[in-house]
Amino acid sequence: MKENVVIIGGGIAGIEAAKQLLLLGYSPIIVEKQDHLGGHVAEWHKLFPDMTPAKEIVDQMTSEIGGANVFLETTVSSLNRLSNGYSVVLSNGIAIVCRAILIATGFHLFDAEKKEEYGYGVYNQVITNRDLEHWFNSGKDVRIDGREMKKIGFVHCVGSRDLKAGNSQCSKVCCVTAIKQAIEMKEKFPDAEIYCFYMDLRLFGKKYEDFYINAQKDYGIHFIRGRVSEVGEKIDGSLQVKAEDTLSGKPLKVTLDLLVLMAGMVCNPRTTEIARMIHADIDTDGFLRSRNNIYNIMESDRPGIFLAGTCTGTKTVPETVAEARAAVLSIHNYLSR
Amino acid sequence: MIYEGKQKIWADYQKEIPDDHWYFVRSCIRQNFFPASEKYFTEITKNVLGKDIYESPHHTTCGGIAYHCDTIPQETVMTIVARQFALMTEAGYENYAASCITSFGNYIETLESWHEFPELEAKIRDYLWKACRKEFNKPKYVAHSSDLIYKFRNEIASRAKFRLVNKETGEPLRVVEHIGCHYNKMFPSKGVGGAEYPYVLCGMVESWGGQIIDYPERRHCCGYGFRQYHVQANRGYSFSNTHKKFESMEPYKPDMIITNCPGCPYFLDRWQYVTAETEGKTYGDKPGQGIPVFTYEEVAGLVLGYDPWDLGLQLHQVAVEPLLDKIGIPYDPASKYLGVNKKDLGRPVLPECMTCF
Amino acid sequence: MTDFGFTRAKSSTVNLDEVDTSLYRKMLQVEPDVKRCMECGSCSAVCTAAPLSGMSVRKVIHALERGVDIAPMLSGCMLCGKCTMVCPRGINTRHLILSLERYYKEEEKA
Repeated sequence: MKENVVIIGGGIAGIEAAKQLLLLGYSPIIVEKQDHLGGHVAEWHKLFPDMTPAKEIVDQMTSEIGGANVFLETTVSSLNRLSNGYSVVLSNGIAIVCRAILIATGFHLFDAEKKEEYGYGVYNQVITNRDLEHWFNSGKDVRIDGREMKKIGFVHCVGSRDLKAGNSQCSKVCCVTAIKQAIEMKEKFPDAEIYCFYMDLRLFGKKYEDFYINAQKDYGIHFIRGRVSEVGEKIDGSLQVKAEDTLSGKPLKVTLDLLVLMAGMVCNPRTTEIARMIHADIDTDGFLRSRNNIYNIMESDRPGIFLAGTCTGTKTVPETVAEARAAVLSIHNYLSR
Repeated sequence: MIYEGKQKIWADYQKEIPDDHWYFVRSCIRQNFFPASEKYFTEITKNVLGKDIYESPHHTTCGGIAYHCDTIPQETVMTIVARQFALMTEAGYENYAASCITSFGNYIETLESWHEFPELEAKIRDYLWKACRKEFNKPKYVAHSSDLIYKFRNEIASRAKFRLVNKETGEPLRVVEHIGCHYNKMFPSKGVGGAEYPYVLCGMVESWGGQIIDYPERRHCCGYGFRQYHVQANRGYSFSNTHKKFESMEPYKPDMIITNCPGCPYFLDRWQYVTAETEGKTYGDKPGQGIPVFTYEEVAGLVLGYDPWDLGLQLHQVAVEPLLDKIGIPYDPASKYLGVNKKDLGRPVLPECMTCF
Repeated sequence: MTDFGFTRAKSSTVNLDEVDTSLYRKMLQVEPDVKRCMECGSCSAVCTAAPLSGMSVRKVIHALERGVDIAPMLSGCMLCGKCTMVCPRGINTRHLILSLERYYKEEEKA
């Protein structure tokens, strides 16, 4: 009989891990709280740097795990240590005994309402990166449809690099996501002026810098170095946005028809709950602690507990997928001992 | 604007305000600027609502003005604050209500500092003992007096003779609310509704029938800034900030402004006169009239039906009569400039492009 | 009008709603690479004139985009071309300065 491996979380890390476990002859069991696989990526429209449709990626990946057991709309109720493994009880009543568990619970999108000064949830024309991807996918959003879009702004680092919001980490993907979304908006509204308000542009990944140069040169997107400090709503519903133009050292204000907040990644509270069940440690950044942050990110310091994806910190899609594969190799080595 | 979004934030910033038994301290400057406001705070809370509000004739300034003008060290301010607390303790009270926003901020800042640095509190206790042989308990609750009127807003509404409604159109009056910076910007959790979307005045206005205007520069400081105003050469900065607010609220054509700070209503009122004199411009729904500015006690007093001249409204620069007419509050034009002893107070100099009544 | 002994302070706020970017757009036609500027400051750091005159190519480009008058700054330039050599984004800054000079000269004539 094939050996069970429980994967908590059916996002791209969980799916990729399941695929690799199947190839190695294991029986992966995915436990996913939502009604579909793919996690955050499934809600996205297109992915940088090649504008690959997110759906295509998720569909492709999902099509390769036909042999896995997938429990949707299911959570882990309890996790108990046995002498040689774990007993996992699911919210649907099913109990599984396994020697290895992969935690792939992912991240939580920062709740942009917490940055009260930006007025998400108070001012109509303030939306988040996720809302915008949703609009790209559905084509339906009263805040955008049928409105004149003369000026659009993007605020980088919303809830990221923000000690007061409790998140000192950089979310890594927001800079390039803002640029991607700015380009997409410029394509949809060619006459609009588009402003990106950034503190630093952290464009570290493959072809990200090219994206930035394209945004400047081919799309004329304006980059203003300064964090938006305050947003107010004008009588016509447009937004008054204040920042410092730090490169000239002067305060700056502009009226915008739409402001997109690049909400960052924070640790998923579900992850913390699961960590508590198995007494796994939380790192100083609030994410799960790996055995070693340099060469052993995929392993926890609990026997048989493996980690993949953004449960240990902010990551891009390719980093997450690569880590899922690496985690499976660690699991295989562990089970083959 | 999504009203429910604000309600969510308001729900996050509710502070506990005890129902009764308050030790009340006045502001240094309010009795000059708005001479009846504090009188009507005690009149309303004591005589209308039947609350126990105690005042000591021995209390002094909190030191806030000197502190914010950078002329005395913080330890001195804290010792003054400690003495005020000692007077409260001697009078047998635990709830401390300040009429001034800067005092309120000063008390909160002092208490928070002592909380973070207990050795500082010990030092101040020592200073106070050496200076005047007094000891004190820290108050259980510190409120600004607008917190109390906020708390009793619905009781006031239930006794109201007038509502903040235009009697001609039946529409709620459009009200700009302005919160003193030291009420909530230093310690957002100590203000009703927090610092970004404060509710303390919104709650009163809603309860009394008006409609709040949220304009882009709502959170902006009135510009008083202590040193910015007290030094004549710097007054341009002070004036510019109020000007910025008026330019931002102009399109909404507000009927009135309500404030909870000693300085803000003064400057929001007087700078309208300066704008009229220097730039020939007035704000509000009718040219030449300006937007009348009130303290929350004055508004509470109007709603409860007190005589506008007893409330000291003749001492405002921007004439209040158009607003009184809108609400339908009766007043006697002939007695506007008669003081309590019926002695003529004199008339203000008429600004060229601003109507005075 | 009454003299109160003080006047309204002039605000230094850049209001992007009101900036005139016509010169910026004009310059983009002759030197479109200007859009690629990331304000690294390399140009200003090597500038012969910068330490002596307040000239800064980075500030010129920044001000151009914000619609600020840059004519006074240009006179310091010695046209040595070092800024163009050092620019990592390949902007012909020397050409930009020359184009701006030409523009202001024509303006003067008109």
